[in-house]
Amino acid sequence: MKQRLEREVIAMRAAKELKDGDYVNLGIGMPNLCALHIPEGVIFHSENGALGYGPLVMQDMVEKADQHYVDAGGRYFTPAPGMAIFDLVTSFAMIRSGRLITILGGFQISEKGDLANWNTGEDPLGGTIGGGMDLAVGAKRVIVTMEHTTKDGKPKIVKQCTAPLTARECVHLIITDLAVIEVTPEELLLKEVAPGWSAAEVQALTEPRLIVAPDLKEIEL
Amino acid sequence: MINKVFDSFDEAVADIPDGASIATGCWGVTSLSQNLIAALKRKGVKDLTLIVHNFLPTFLFTEDEVVNLSVLLPQLKKLITAVVGLQVLGAGAFIKEYVDKGLEVEFTSHGTLASRLYAGAAGLGGFYNPVGVGTILEEGKEKRVIDGKEYILEMPIRPDYAFIRGHKVDKLGNLVYWGVYREDHPVMAMAAKVTIAEVDEIVEVGEIDSEHMVTPGIFVDRIVKVPEGGLGSPQRAQELLSKVAQVDIVRQILFK
Repeated sequence: MKQRLEREVIAMRAAKELKDGDYVNLGIGMPNLCALHIPEGVIFHSENGALGYGPLVMQDMVEKADQHYVDAGGRYFTPAPGMAIFDLVTSFAMIRSGRLITILGGFQISEKGDLANWNTGEDPLGGTIGGGMDLAVGAKRVIVTMEHTTKDGKPKIVKQCTAPLTARECVHLIITDLAVIEVTPEELLLKEVAPGWSAAEVQALTEPRLIVAPDLKEIEL
Repeated sequence: MINKVFDSFDEAVADIPDGASIATGCWGVTSLSQNLIAALKRKGVKDLTLIVHNFLPTFLFTEDEVVNLSVLLPQLKKLITAVVGLQVLGAGAFIKEYVDKGLEVEFTSHGTLASRLYAGAAGLGGFYNPVGVGTILEEGKEKRVIDGKEYILEMPIRPDYAFIRGHKVDKLGNLVYWGVYREDHPVMAMAAKVTIAEVDEIVEVGEIDSEHMVTPGIFVDRIVKVPEGGLGSPQRAQELLSKVAQVDIVRQILFK
């Protein structure tokens, strides 16, 4: 079995997309791992009403947490100097204003960049739409981090999403455990592959056709 | 000056009828108006519409420790929300028996719900939303193309009641919150016909700096103080924190 990238490595690669001065909203799950690797000067936004907060409180420090400071996923965070607290209307004005970069998880992405990430389609009653739909539509850049295939080896990058959509044609960059793919209106551009993987091998696990970038290279951190 | 202070939560909810619509906050234990929810449960009114951003099953805490919104399930006719359940907690399984008995669930997004409540607060007739195009959110709704971009017509929400978890309020009803439990409360307080605030502290007029007021008193109709150290109090929440770290499922959600 060829080596695929660990979740933490995907998160580290995603964190490389950010720079000093960027405002970023991290989705729950894999995107949240990015928090540990993000460069200096990046400001975190949490949809439930906090901007510029400090590190998440780790398990062994939970008893010292202040319960009035949780992020959108219910995780305790540390307040920081310069942190802004605001209500939901203000928060979603930030989200829909094109001021944020968002890193989200994904169940499926279509060849046009449609994103499905709130319900796998298996549970008709539940669902976590949350702020994902707003982020997908309103962010200035949408980066999705996810495994390249499902647990049973099926492609997650597909011609048409079968899972319920979060938003249409919204994804800009896909980072998986095998590849980095840029989504443009015309094509899915394969820009980087995991070490030891070829473009052909990645294509074999991807349903729509990938265009291979002329300067294709291995994922580096 | 009219007296907005009520001595008990039961008195504050006494006039809520069957069929009422209620908006309330839910983004973590400290944002819940636990005493008002418990009073509503005691009152037993039915066929309620609950408007809330997150609707999760009870886990980790008993009802004596934390009164969660899901205790209202038997009394609900309709739920408007952006989140039902979590994968690690069995997703939507906890509402199945109620859905089978007729509970209606209307899904929306957090931003859409905040905007619908704002539209209700501001007396707007509706607004065009770019979020949800191509998703289940557009089902049954009008759409329009404006400047080449597709939008969905969303309607305002004007709840009959809002249960607000505030921190400190003066006797005019001017209110400040604590940390992130501000969240959805300000817009719900503005949108509802009657706003009931469950607070940590009630102070005299003049003790809250005008620069710091978040919800002006005009939007707050009834005020009830959380008993010190009692259900829903910050002291109780801090005591329960030690339980949080120890449970596997919580570890998965919070520390994965």
